[in-house]
Amino acid sequence: MSFDVGLIIESLPMMLSGIGITLKLLVVSAVLGLLLAIVLLLMRISGKWYLNWPAQAYIYVFRGTPILVQIFIVYYGFPQFEFIRDSILWPILREPTGCAIVALSLNTGAYVSEILRGGVKGVSKGLLEAGSALGMSARQKFIYITTPIAVRLALPAYSNDVVSLLKSTALASTITIADMTGIARTIVAETYAPYEIFISMAMIYIAFTWVLQRTFGVIERYLGRYTKREA
Amino acid sequence: MTPTAPLICMQDVDKFFGDFQALKKINLKIGKGERIVVCGPSGSGKSTMIRCLNRLEEHSSGHIFIDGSELTDKVKDIDAVRREVGMVFQSFNLFPHMTIAKNLMIAQQLVRKTPKAEAREIAIRYLERVKIPEQADKFPIQLSGGQQQRVAIARALCMQPEVMLFDEPTSALDPEMINEVLDVMIDLANDGMTMIVVTHEMGFARSVADRVIFMDEGEIVEEAPPASFFDNPVHERTKAFLSQILAH
Repeated sequence: MSFDVGLIIESLPMMLSGIGITLKLLVVSAVLGLLLAIVLLLMRISGKWYLNWPAQAYIYVFRGTPILVQIFIVYYGFPQFEFIRDSILWPILREPTGCAIVALSLNTGAYVSEILRGGVKGVSKGLLEAGSALGMSARQKFIYITTPIAVRLALPAYSNDVVSLLKSTALASTITIADMTGIARTIVAETYAPYEIFISMAMIYIAFTWVLQRTFGVIERYLGRYTKREA
Repeated sequence: MTPTAPLICMQDVDKFFGDFQALKKINLKIGKGERIVVCGPSGSGKSTMIRCLNRLEEHSSGHIFIDGSELTDKVKDIDAVRREVGMVFQSFNLFPHMTIAKNLMIAQQLVRKTPKAEAREIAIRYLERVKIPEQADKFPIQLSGGQQQRVAIARALCMQPEVMLFDEPTSALDPEMINEVLDVMIDLANDGMTMIVVTHEMGFARSVADRVIFMDEGEIVEEAPPASFFDNPVHERTKAFLSQILAH
């Protein structure tokens, strides 16, 4: 078979034009998902069953079903309900991009809340006792002791989740969104050259992932500065 | 020393962990300025007893009075008691993500609402007292164990407590670092601080304590000034314990 390098060079700029959409899906979903994750986390550790239980059920459902199915349910399923069409969310859920962001956020929120919970559980009990002994309130201990340490502990797993979210954005192309993958699929349909196109697309995702990992690496090193003997 | 009203008073204090009774009818009075050493085999309830005094453990029944006010489950009472009582832990428990100075400042700022500059001043003063002011801007991990424990003592002192509790403060230290910590504690004792020290450092007990308390199986078995405690222990269990730890 032939391998058309010219086609790769030609189509790269076109695919890169989808990077804006991919970036938007990633950043907006990551931020909304993180906010959702924090709410779920607080529900989980509240010690109140009527908060803990729904959060647990939510996480169970969203971790137990494929993200693609979740995207389809939001995109194809939600508009069938009149109350959704009448709700203030309709302007968002009417658009494929809105649907993709909602589904990705709901999904990543479930994963990230568990990652954060792992971080919170990793904070040594002795530090919280020291805080208590110094007269700090539960709230002060959570803000000044638990949170900064839990964030450091959770960061490596969190950065993995963001990378995996990046790759999940490619699924948005299944609901007509022209992100990088969506554009690549269009080009493939026109050129019948899946090999060149999808390989060059993979390279863009790898480059993207590399940038993400380097960024998180810098943050990890900064947050971890107090864990090494040599400053 | 004959104190007027005891600073700490425990009356018939019981503590259960599930079915296990960790403390059995503890009665103890400690006057202002007294130095008490608590010893006993592991699992004897000595840590549990002092942890009840600042509510890190909740006593199951009986009464605990600190400086006249009773320790109940009201948040206000607990806060009031914790302001009076400082604590030093076996494993230091310095906040790893804060510099040494910040470790000493954080509770002052949050709990006592001391302005930052003043809190730092106080922090440095206490770091000087434990002889490591030059470490103020390092992180805990950069210090030796002995230094970390001295910082932990300074951190508790910054809150200007009436009483200091020490829960096996030298047990996690390498032998060559034990003395630097004991020196700080002796210095504190000479200054008139009321101290309750759970420790196996019998030399410290002999030279610093006003009273030594021996606990076993959740009870106070024997309570005596160090001279008679070490030279003429009354109870068999005390004798057995002392012969084990002083054997070599």
